[in-house]
Amino acid sequence: MEKRVTFGKWTIGILFAVPQLLLIFTFFYWPAGQAVYWSLTLQQPWGGGNIWVGLDNFRSILSNADYWNSITASLVFAGISTGLAMFIALVLAALTDRQLAGSRLYRVVLIWPYGIAAPALAMAFRFILAPEAGFMAVVNRVWPGFWDPGLDGADAMASIIVAFSWKYVGYNFIFFLAAFQAIPRSLIEAAAMDGSGVIRRFWDVQFPLITPTIFFLLVINITESFQDSFGIVDIMTAGGPANATNLMVYKIYSDGFKGLDYSGAAAQSIILMLLIIVLTIFQFRFIERRVHYR
Amino acid sequence: MASITIRGVKKNYAKTQVVHGVDLDFASGEFVVILGPSGCGKSTLLRMIAGLEEISAGEIAIDGTVVNRLEPRERGCAMVFQNYALYPHMSVSQNIGYSLKVAGVPSAERQQRIQAVARTLELEHLLDRKPMALSGGQRQRVAMGRAMIREPKVFLFDEPLSNLDAKLRVQMRSEIRKLHRRLNATSVFVTHDQVEAMTLADRLVVMNGGRVEQVGTPGEIYTRPASRFVATFVGAPAMNILEGTVELDGLSLLGGSRRLAMARTGLPVGAKVAMGIRPEAVRLVAPGTAGALNATVDLVEELGAGRVIYVDLDGAPFSVMTSEAVHPEPGSQVGLKISPEDMHFFSSETGARLDVFKASVPEPAL
Repeated sequence: MEKRVTFGKWTIGILFAVPQLLLIFTFFYWPAGQAVYWSLTLQQPWGGGNIWVGLDNFRSILSNADYWNSITASLVFAGISTGLAMFIALVLAALTDRQLAGSRLYRVVLIWPYGIAAPALAMAFRFILAPEAGFMAVVNRVWPGFWDPGLDGADAMASIIVAFSWKYVGYNFIFFLAAFQAIPRSLIEAAAMDGSGVIRRFWDVQFPLITPTIFFLLVINITESFQDSFGIVDIMTAGGPANATNLMVYKIYSDGFKGLDYSGAAAQSIILMLLIIVLTIFQFRFIERRVHYR
Repeated sequence: MASITIRGVKKNYAKTQVVHGVDLDFASGEFVVILGPSGCGKSTLLRMIAGLEEISAGEIAIDGTVVNRLEPRERGCAMVFQNYALYPHMSVSQNIGYSLKVAGVPSAERQQRIQAVARTLELEHLLDRKPMALSGGQRQRVAMGRAMIREPKVFLFDEPLSNLDAKLRVQMRSEIRKLHRRLNATSVFVTHDQVEAMTLADRLVVMNGGRVEQVGTPGEIYTRPASRFVATFVGAPAMNILEGTVELDGLSLLGGSRRLAMARTGLPVGAKVAMGIRPEAVRLVAPGTAGALNATVDLVEELGAGRVIYVDLDGAPFSVMTSEAVHPEPGSQVGLKISPEDMHFFSSETGARLDVFKASVPEPAL
């Protein structure tokens, strides 16, 4: 006899799935479908119908140097902030795993940054990194003109990377710590008996065993760095100076809602979606091979 | 090959002390088994020898060198863990060869030694497999191989057979024994299984509550248990213990309801003692036989080669093991014949063994 719960009629099963399907359809497929439609038409700024233009929107975007600059900025931002957030979290988690006194408090405190809304934390970092009054003001005093995110594009990029990484260090830390704790103590002890020192044990035993977590966080961090960066950019740099921090997700907003180019913005969001899909497929195809599942 | 000396070793975790001062000497090449119930500190002691646990007080020396401050890798010990602790992401040959890789042994020599160990343990056909794809017994052998390949001075075993089924356990037991005879490295084996302990040990250390109760050959432990704890822990079914008082010409048992007549024991008259008798030393006789205790049969357990008969002795549980072809019915009466030379006496207060018929009898407090 079948032990699972089964439904006599398939319609009952469908009925149970309907609320979830409805949600996904309303908030994902429908807007995504709309975006595809808009991206292939020219939308009037004040309403009044769409004109079918085929792939013209995409052609005009992709021939625009500003857009390519935005893609480059997004990739730089994604690469550095993901690397930074994951590396710092990994080091903190590895250290915490070895010395567990007070780690309960640690864990709670470190998840808080993730709970702060991006604009709120961006506001805080705007003050912290302000060239005339924040931490960096001290450096500027010794080294006048060293730091000014309002003028220097690299400084502005560094600011949003720091703010974003700060938020995701806590998130990554929790996952890394859980992964480290899931490794049986006796494995580490066996490696110690085999003559392996702390660093060697980390690379030979712990690191390979947390690769599933590393892979998961890599996918999440990169995806989020394309999407969750909006609030930070909006509050801290508004895409400036000179488009240095005009990330793709921010450019969609500014072109669409400030420039009222709905169709161009829709085409950009389609490209962003495709980019994220391609990156994720790439990670699953090429990086997941190096992952050891137990 | 190395001797191990343990002097006044203690272990504290925060405020609780789990090992209360242990002194032991293991000779070079000896196979020592540490036996005790769970929580007696036997694994902690082993882990202190290995260097996985800090030594709170006292000293451990391997081959005359005090190792208290040495890292595990500097002590020359290899350990087989209870759950095998194989590296799940490495193949069998990588698992076995890991210590050599860490030590920087060249690849060619490493492969050669891995092959040699695999041959000894009959693992050759499994070298490319991952631990996931192995059975319990095979994993156990890989764990042994990982310990063997380093040619360590000391082998440490932390209940390595407890995850195996009964048949494999017997097989692995004899394999470990054979391996020891060949390698002849000093081995310390921790277990809570007395059969394992008795069959493997050159010398047996019985621990309880963080203390060593007795050290001796399996034979000595069985025939002359040093304390009531050892007497009841070693041997199956467990030794029967009857509380009693020493009288001038015998022993009053169970609060005076039973009496055993016997010659002078050498124990002071009036002393409260616990009399122990192994189930296999009791003889069944017809009820009412002179000098025998009468009892009611509760339950008979058939073992094939013999049977264990559980009887009720005025409410006290008592068991008899016999290989004779007697099959008393539950509820029937039997007589129990106990010879004085088979009796063990323990102090009711301290549980220590009281040697009868000898001059040096400690005076029990009354």
